[in-house]
Amino acid sequence: MIRAFVFVIANLLGVSTVLASGGDGVPLKHVDVNFSDKAALYRGAETYLARCATCHSAKYMRYGRVATDLKLNEKQLAALLPPGAKPGSEMMGFMSEDYAKETFGVVPPDLSLIARVKGADWIYTYLTSFYADPTKRWGVNNAVFPDVGMPDVFAAEQGVLQPVYKDVKLPDGSIDKRLSHLEGPLIPGSMSPAEFDQTVKDLVSFMVYMSEPAKMQRMAYGPYVLIFILLFTVLMYFVKKEYWRDIKKVPDSD
Amino acid sequence: MIKKLGKWVDDRLPISHFWNAHLAQYYVPRNFNFWYFFGSTLLAIFVIQIVTGIWLAMSYKPSAAEAFNSVEYIMRDVHWGWLIRYMHSTGASFFFIAVYLHMFRGMMYGSYKKPRELIWIFGVLILLALMAEAFMGYLLPWGQMSFWGAQVIISLFGSIPYIGPDLALWIRGDYVVSDVTLNRFFALHVIALPLVLLFLIGGHIMALHEVGSNNPDGREIKNNKDEHGKPVDGIPFHPYYTVKDLLGLGVFLFLFALVIFYWPDGGGKFLEAPNFIPADPLKTPEHIAPVWYFAPHYAILRAIPDKFLGVIAMGSAIMIFFFMPWIDRGMTKSIRYRSLAFKVILFAFVIAFISLGYLGTQPVSYWHTLFARIFTVIYFGFFVALFVVSRVEKTKPVPERLT
Repeated sequence: MIRAFVFVIANLLGVSTVLASGGDGVPLKHVDVNFSDKAALYRGAETYLARCATCHSAKYMRYGRVATDLKLNEKQLAALLPPGAKPGSEMMGFMSEDYAKETFGVVPPDLSLIARVKGADWIYTYLTSFYADPTKRWGVNNAVFPDVGMPDVFAAEQGVLQPVYKDVKLPDGSIDKRLSHLEGPLIPGSMSPAEFDQTVKDLVSFMVYMSEPAKMQRMAYGPYVLIFILLFTVLMYFVKKEYWRDIKKVPDSD
Repeated sequence: MIKKLGKWVDDRLPISHFWNAHLAQYYVPRNFNFWYFFGSTLLAIFVIQIVTGIWLAMSYKPSAAEAFNSVEYIMRDVHWGWLIRYMHSTGASFFFIAVYLHMFRGMMYGSYKKPRELIWIFGVLILLALMAEAFMGYLLPWGQMSFWGAQVIISLFGSIPYIGPDLALWIRGDYVVSDVTLNRFFALHVIALPLVLLFLIGGHIMALHEVGSNNPDGREIKNNKDEHGKPVDGIPFHPYYTVKDLLGLGVFLFLFALVIFYWPDGGGKFLEAPNFIPADPLKTPEHIAPVWYFAPHYAILRAIPDKFLGVIAMGSAIMIFFFMPWIDRGMTKSIRYRSLAFKVILFAFVIAFISLGYLGTQPVSYWHTLFARIFTVIYFGFFVALFVVSRVEKTKPVPERLT
């Protein structure tokens, strides 16, 4: 929470988000996922379908399941459904595999379970860490996923972050340029940093939900199950005590 | 009428005899403590695994093309499928937690000593069968860790001189882990090994009820009987320990439900993150780690520079338990009346086991390997030290009656 706050403030002031050298060493920014905020999850679903689903599939997720879990009315569900899709349809990508291969070189990975593989923090950091790199195919690179094949789908909203490099001395004495941190965009995006941050957080929340819809149920049933077992255990404690009253420790004089 | 029917059946089937022999008139020491809960807990987990397993098998598809999809189908589309699946996956980890604690109890109180050697040997056989059961079950979700974990473990058999490569091929039924392997592992996981486990558990309990339970004092209750021939320090299993074990069952179920509902992936230990990627024979994960309950043995394997010797060491780390009743030459059973030296080496063993468990999940590095070697020496050193200590240690007198 505090870190997220600092991040927002830093962005508002145009101060750079400090990131260590690219690759594995980048610290992940923490994001809190709140399943009870159904409105946020719905906004996340909208963003997902508008931005991610154009190329990525989420083949284990059905539209109708989203509607049930997020308690959507028919109008809200209809707004999510792409043309031709039924509530029982799986959330397939809108792009054909052949076209995707032609454009990106690979078929973009299925995102159904990505949050269980990578974790919410990684996705949040990844989506907010694209930066300008003219040497790459789409003109951008990513701090946590170097040389990623995906374009920056939020370039218009976030603006394109600018990298700051630092010189790193290698053991053999030569100097190598490494990513130091990212600075705010030269041309501001259409969203304020706070708005953008919220949009990504909602999206990440939706992706966490999508990776395990059952979490909604287990969170809901959990307390009742635990209370039931607790009552059973307390009851058994007294039953045991009652039965064992006549079992005495051996008298020392025996 | 019901009484008459009961008698009719009882005259033809020894129900009341069984009830008395194993419950109502089966005498058990009255001083069992916390450590004696795990036997009944394990039985409960076994039943949970069997029942949830049956329901999982109704929706699971044992084929390389469909296995991963069918697990997600269970998690999303099958009514209560997620609960059954989480019970089964969490049950696997709890099975090993309880087994390791149950074994530690035996080591503390000398439960493997005469006349309980066979109970212990049945127990080690159960451990082996359980490991095979867990290993084969882990392949079934057909994720990246399932696939590559199986690939690594089966390749270990390939390191055995002469017969190794053919043996590995025979186990897999293919040159790599494939649809064929998945199908046979499914058959073994759902039919063969549960049956083996059932028979072994039967033998374990039959042997136990023949000689009776040990206890935290390590004194035989059968040596001190009253005029009716009942052990003065014994109480009937039913109702005393049935109610006490029900209390234990309640505590276990609470912890079990806590994990199922709020922490089903066990922080990446019970369900590993890379296993949510479908198996890909062309893409080796950066870091292949075994599930936590195999990690101590895996750490021992990696600690040995030679692969085949490593396999031998890993196997010995389990097989050596078969000889516990004879490695420990002392007459005093319980840790309560044994020497400080015994307490120290047992403590060192526990530390080594847990540390190896940690190291087995970590990537290889200079320090990790060094510490894994040190703890491997301590692990095996325990058995050597026990052989010596148990002969020369000075023990305290065991009280006449149970405390």
